[in-house]
Amino acid sequence: MKAQPATPPGTVTRNACKVCAPLGACVVFSGIEDCVPFLHGSQGCATYIRRYLISHFREPVDIASSSFSEEDTIFGGARNLRAGLANVTTQYGPRAIGVATTCLAETIGEDVPRILAGHAADSPGGPALIHVPAPAYAGTHTDGFHRAVRRVVEHFAAPCTPHAGVNLLPGFLSPEDLRHLKELVAAFGLACTLLPDYSDTLDGAAWAEYLRGQPGGTSLEALQRMSGARSTLELGRTPGADRDTAAAWLETHHQVPRIPLGLPVGLRETDAFIAALETLSGAACPADIQRERGRLVDSFVDGHKYVFGRRAALFGDPDLVIGLASLLDEIGVRPVLCATGARHQAFAPAVQAALDHADPTDLRILTGADHASISEAARELRPDLVLAGSKGYPLARELGVPLIRVGFPIHDRIGGQRLLHVGYRGAQRLFDQLVNTLLERRQDTSETGYSYL
Amino acid sequence: MIQVLEQRRAQIHRKGETATPLRCDRRSVAGSVTQRACAFCGSRVVLYPIADALHLVHGPIGCAAYNWDIRGALSSGPQLHRNSFSTDLQEMEVIYGGERKLKQALEELIDRYRPKAAFVYSTCIVGVIGDDVEAVCRQVARAKGIDVIPVASEGFRGTKKTGYQAACEAAFKLVGTGDTTGIGACSVNILGDFNIAGESWIIRRYFEEAGMEVVATITGDGRVDDLRRCHGARLNLVQCSGSMTHLAKLLETAHGIPMRRVSFFGLEDTAAALYEAANFFNDSAVLERTRDLVGREVGRVYPALKKYREALAGKRAALYVGGAFKAFSLVKALKLLGMTTVLAGTQTGSPEDYELLREICDDGTVIVDDSNPVELAKFILELDVDLFIGGVKERPIAYKLGVGFCDHNHERKIPLAGFEGMLHFAREVHATVLSPVWQFVPRRSRRSSASTPSREIISPSKNPAAVEERKGLA
Ligand code: SF4
Ligand code: SF4
Repeated sequence: MKAQPATPPGTVTRNACKVCAPLGACVVFSGIEDCVPFLHGSQGCATYIRRYLISHFREPVDIASSSFSEEDTIFGGARNLRAGLANVTTQYGPRAIGVATTCLAETIGEDVPRILAGHAADSPGGPALIHVPAPAYAGTHTDGFHRAVRRVVEHFAAPCTPHAGVNLLPGFLSPEDLRHLKELVAAFGLACTLLPDYSDTLDGAAWAEYLRGQPGGTSLEALQRMSGARSTLELGRTPGADRDTAAAWLETHHQVPRIPLGLPVGLRETDAFIAALETLSGAACPADIQRERGRLVDSFVDGHKYVFGRRAALFGDPDLVIGLASLLDEIGVRPVLCATGARHQAFAPAVQAALDHADPTDLRILTGADHASISEAARELRPDLVLAGSKGYPLARELGVPLIRVGFPIHDRIGGQRLLHVGYRGAQRLFDQLVNTLLERRQDTSETGYSYL
Repeated sequence: MIQVLEQRRAQIHRKGETATPLRCDRRSVAGSVTQRACAFCGSRVVLYPIADALHLVHGPIGCAAYNWDIRGALSSGPQLHRNSFSTDLQEMEVIYGGERKLKQALEELIDRYRPKAAFVYSTCIVGVIGDDVEAVCRQVARAKGIDVIPVASEGFRGTKKTGYQAACEAAFKLVGTGDTTGIGACSVNILGDFNIAGESWIIRRYFEEAGMEVVATITGDGRVDDLRRCHGARLNLVQCSGSMTHLAKLLETAHGIPMRRVSFFGLEDTAAALYEAANFFNDSAVLERTRDLVGREVGRVYPALKKYREALAGKRAALYVGGAFKAFSLVKALKLLGMTTVLAGTQTGSPEDYELLREICDDGTVIVDDSNPVELAKFILELDVDLFIGGVKERPIAYKLGVGFCDHNHERKIPLAGFEGMLHFAREVHATVLSPVWQFVPRRSRRSSASTPSREIISPSKNPAAVEERKGLA
């Protein structure tokens, strides 16, 4: 089956299932130590993106902007960009500034690399200036995310002596996911550079005093040493398909072998991730992780009948949808609708590859979808449950089925930044929640109201 | 020590120390993490609640997507406004122009949703690629037989204020096109209330009870046809001065309808607003009914505030809100709760606004224009505040620093307007300021172990007033 574009290109987008590229870039820059995200363009974009990120992470997210005015759109924003960089430097004292050019700056054709080079030359000892072109018309927030990761790597990677550490490029996951991934890699005794690492910067502790930025993030020193790593683990099927990722770049320019994997969501994909860690470290999987896996399998058995044959609609960021489809498939839930707002050729084949057991006659895969088209498909497909971010709520409510909140954005619940999706532990949490959600629904809608299920 | 950017010094004052007028009404300093949004955002705020109109954002996807259903503006009927429609411009359209796509999008949406009118918002990029949005709107309007109104809301044109103005111009295109027969002599429009959490309904009820007809709430629970005939009202009451004054002025010039600035926030201001209108009509029956209503409501709410007042007495508040009128009302309302305002700031105040704000605040109150997180944090700490009032973007700063927070912008879901709104406000403030969680945040836990525990948090279990009040709330 081929993916159907949800709406014929050229028509209107109704309730987008994506946001814009600069948001993804800002998340990446937030995950670098002492780095301030900076949008070159009008100030509205920065304010909107901050608001959006804040409502998910519930953390301060500072994004500076060059605050284009009407004149700047005619005469160029170079002066503003430089003044802005100087002001950010004074106020935050950062070691790096991540400059993403928005639609506006890209469209008027600003030569940002030249402006940044000029600024750096005039202010020696100033922060590193990373540039990523991020117009929304060339991709979604996840595209902006991956492009920013690549630009960061290109910017810092210098020739360096080979070392035993590994690079881990996780994609757009939750801070809790990042913490767990670090834990897993460390359990194999591997030194690891995680990029980006916003596990603390976007999920930090309460402050005793004002901090210019949250502590944490990938250090610049670690970034410089990525070119000498033993391997790069690249998670997520869709960026890998494009072959213009950070991992691919490191392989081409610094001969760091690239190991492309899916997101470790569900048992099988986590097995693949663990197997890669075993190969890299030469160590066997530690006993406590094996036990975690054992408990997961045991719980699959305990709960299998409650979920078997249930129909699920899932949508959101492409790699998470692919990962969740794989998890659902291995427990006997049928994904009937898998949709994403991004337009990736690789999405549909990857979803299909993840499905071993589902009945393909009943499966619809949409790329470039918006929530209106997703809802229209869901009305026909009649799922029993929806897996999506908070944006899935109107649909779940309309269909009268439960919503299991996953991924981004979560703005109608607390704790989106602490949702665990990856590893055996993430699979365990998702499985328990899934089973219990279905049980709860059955209990609540039963006339008898059984208290023993 | 947290620094303030040199260029921003003139936009910050401390009452009693500086005599020169506050510098404001200018664009944000580049590189400052402004809390302000863009002109487009301002236009969206104002027109969004018109529930039976189509709202199409012309531009790349982000501008529209960040706006999807984020506001608490309620409609009693159609829900069309809650969608986020975008032309989602792609690279080819950016290069060759987006007019064709805009036209297609409009036709498709109008056919599908049959709206009463359509608004088309231009975003920055449209201003740069030079689409003739007006021409497309004219064409589609002719073909579909509804008003299709362009909103010149390109973000870079300015701050929210610029966007308010563009929205007022757009809304005004509908005004005067409807039939006004049947509108009585004691009739008002309420401008600048957006029916957040049903506030327009509360206010409308007051006026109706007092015998005054509300022709249109603009734009709260708004309808295209209400706008068309609102020029039949005899008086315009303008709340939230920043956003709707321009429309009121247009109505005054074109239709001779006088305007009054009012606020429906707080007991004092709500009563003043009702009396203002009643006095204007000089109708003894209306005046009497207004007096009865105010007496009854204040008599009901004021005693209920007492317990909050006791618990909150002496607490210190900082506020940073969109418009200045809201700030005035908040300062007064906080006073009514026994609290002191130590910081007052707005995103878009004018020099006169800041003058007035200075007058009603105590000495030492810091007054700021277009602030940023670093500055706000600096003041929160230096002024040792217990409560911060602002929007979603300010919330994490307050929370990180261990300070209570109350949301007072368009995203809140609790009605704060009118007499009963004051009660909700008191509950909100009380729930955050007196929560026991603050004892654990680093700043407080350190302070309570210091030698001067004078402003230590009162834990509800130990505070008799708070215990009383918990019973009352149960
Ligand atoms: S592009 Fe312009 S209109 Fe859109 S959010 Fe940014 S500043 Fe506002
Ligand atoms: S889509 Fe482009 S113009 Fe709109 S908010 Fe995103 S970066 Fe700004």
